Amino acid sequence: MLNVTGNKSAAARIRIAKRIAQELQEGTVVNLGVGIPTLIQNYLKPDSKVYLQSENGLLGIGPTPPPEEIDMDLISASKHPITFGEGASIFSSSDSFVMIRGGHIDVAVMGALQVSQTGEIANWAVPGQDILGVGGAMDLVANAKKIIIAISHVAKDQSPKIVKELTYPTSGIRQAEMIVTEKAVFRIENGQLRLDELSSDTTLEEIQKLTEAEFIVSEKLKTMAVD
Amino acid sequence: MENIIHCEKLKSAEDAIKWIRHGDHVLVGGFGLCGTPFTLIDTIAESDHARELTIISNNLGEAGKGLGKLLISKHIKKAIGSYFTSNRDAVKAWKSGELEIELIPQGTLAEAIRAGGAGIAAFYTKTAVGTQLAEGKEERVFNGERYLLQRGIRANVALIKALKADTMGNLIYSKTARNFNPMMATAADLVIVEVDEIVEVGTFAPEEIVTPHNYVDIVVLNDRYEKVGGEYVERHRK
Repeated sequence: MLNVTGNKSAAARIRIAKRIAQELQEGTVVNLGVGIPTLIQNYLKPDSKVYLQSENGLLGIGPTPPPEEIDMDLISASKHPITFGEGASIFSSSDSFVMIRGGHIDVAVMGALQVSQTGEIANWAVPGQDILGVGGAMDLVANAKKIIIAISHVAKDQSPKIVKELTYPTSGIRQAEMIVTEKAVFRIENGQLRLDELSSDTTLEEIQKLTEAEFIVSEKLKTMAVD
Repeated sequence: MENIIHCEKLKSAEDAIKWIRHGDHVLVGGFGLCGTPFTLIDTIAESDHARELTIISNNLGEAGKGLGKLLISKHIKKAIGSYFTSNRDAVKAWKSGELEIELIPQGTLAEAIRAGGAGIAAFYTKTAVGTQLAEGKEERVFNGERYLLQRGIRANVALIKALKADTMGNLIYSKTARNFNPMMATAADLVIVEVDEIVEVGTFAPEEIVTPHNYVDIVVLNDRYEKVGGEYVERHRK
């Protein structure tokens, strides 16, 4: 039984990653957060010319090395071993955040605990739990040119993650532009949440049931095109 | 070892850490365990003359590794950094009231250290506006956008890790082990660098050098850790 749920959730994560991979334009600089976003790299075409930035001081993350080539002096912000991608460069943490805070990151893809209907993000702390880590989340939220949220449509306890108002601590006043779940794609324009795509295995009724936030449905509502 | 290299800044780790005083603020380089001055940290953990330290570092290593050792040896009073959840001992010590923690977003931390080293007292940033981490911080509006004031950070001592030093103390770093180390080298009264190797002046081309020699006061050779399978592991000690 556990296995079935596990596979289902892995498939959901892969679907989200594949859909976001389609969204990343050639020649852009992208920061991928921990969790589902890190999977996206596996679904970028080898010639995608998407340059992945890592906040510990690297532009140009390459594929995961085979075990015999692991060098723990070369890691991602998730502290996993990586390699250099095409045209990679190394810089200090302060230069890395010049890139992030100076608005030189085209797209930041991040996970979240909740997103509000205006696109406000909660992705660093759970109420009632210890608040002992923030990392670069708030820097990315405040300063990336575009933010895509990669989340499962509902939490493990089936509660909606796309909500009217955040009940978890906010990561900043800056709002996301896009939300991709295993069931739907939303965009946020002028503070308005809009459903643009539905996966082939869901219905509008189900989305309405599983989404607490108020949203409008696009006149050009499409099926999410991922295999 | 037929060529003995003469480096005036070279000291043993034991001698180097004698400069750290009780209650000092200490910047420590590294991101997780990557770019960590392991030999210096272990030497402090074994000594008793400077405790109650305020450690400014992105993390506190991992449980029992890197700065995690200094936590177990009870040398740390307070930690200032961006992410402590990856060390379960830090979480425990904070819960029991043994450790104070000040959380600063990673970019704000990096820039605060850079500012400290550059003689900039404080700066404004959009990061963390409207969040719990903005509490008690001055806010100001520039061009219609909200910003938070963050003071620059300096410390009494910086402990950093570079791959190699030349005999003057010019430094180069290994890959992403650079991280916070170059800024920290500029932001303390005393800068102690741990390196894997010391080479003759002229070995590095001027454009290769990341930290110029004038920032470096003391050079210590890493004689406790070696790289095995891409990872720094403790050598068996005599």
